[in-house]
Amino acid sequence: MKDETIDITVNGKQRAVPRDASLLELLQSLELDPRAVVVEHNRAIVRRPALGRVKVAAGDAVELVHFVGGG
Amino acid sequence: MTTAVELVRNAPLAIGGRTFHSRLMVGTGKYRDNDTMRRAIEASGAEIVTVAVRRVDLDRTKAEGILYHLDPKRYFLLANTAGCSTPEDAVRYARLAREAGFNEFVKLEVIGDQETLLPDVQGLLEAAEALVKEGFQVLAYTNEDLITALRLEDAGCAAVMPLASPIGSGLGLLNPYHVRLIKRRLRVPVIVDAGVGTASDACVTMEQGVDGILMNTALAAARDPVAMAQAMRLAVEAGRGAYLAGRMPKREVAVPSSPLEGMLD
Repeated sequence: MKDETIDITVNGKQRAVPRDASLLELLQSLELDPRAVVVEHNRAIVRRPALGRVKVAAGDAVELVHFVGGG
Repeated sequence: MTTAVELVRNAPLAIGGRTFHSRLMVGTGKYRDNDTMRRAIEASGAEIVTVAVRRVDLDRTKAEGILYHLDPKRYFLLANTAGCSTPEDAVRYARLAREAGFNEFVKLEVIGDQETLLPDVQGLLEAAEALVKEGFQVLAYTNEDLITALRLEDAGCAAVMPLASPIGSGLGLLNPYHVRLIKRRLRVPVIVDAGVGTASDACVTMEQGVDGILMNTALAAARDPVAMAQAMRLAVEAGRGAYLAGRMPKREVAVPSSPLEGMLD
């Protein structure tokens, strides 16, 4: 089925995404600028140029981080 | 004639192969709003500004990333590993920070106790060794213990950052003797990090001969953060100037400043 979704965990929360979605597509669906976040996919950092190539699978854990105020 | 303050301004501070002119470094946490933060940082004259790595808020209920409010071309962003309590977490955060960031510097924190936020020195040393191997310039937040400081230097840290007092406490420099001792024995820069509460604390800290101070809450929690930032800038310069000038010896008895000769009968 084409519009089938899978569950992944994004920043600690479960989220349904289209099967075979790339990390770049995930960012786009969350309206996040890939230049403004760092993506960790199953504990491995995925650099910006590779975001379009790496696809998510059911059960994957994705962390999207950025800089915030701190001391 | 060159004044002491000018001398202080002219003497650069070298950390991890980079040169800085301000000896005051500031954090970006806990400000009441981003505009106050931006103006306080500007008033402080700081070049090195610390930031933390956190999850993007996907619900967008909180403020966006700090880089919307801070020009990364103007400031040298020093990412921290604040909140990490294991070496593994600290290494993970440091890697994310390097990916997000603009340099290979990291302010390493491995916290050992949630009440005092005192460092876990064993975890700190492990994380420092791992990060140095990965090419990071590590600035290690530690307690004012000489042996730990020496081991951090041996591990290859670019700077060692003993605390003045616990993070966010504003208690000032509790242990000047040990901070002085660390400064005397280390070859890498010693930056006092955490605990400074007001300008006199910053001045006394710099008078111990340390290379710089990093502070956050002292500015962010002041009634007027911008005015406090300016006071801190002057205090750091004054303390550095006094250290370089060399203070007079302390005496237990009075010594008159005016001549004893020529007094009237």
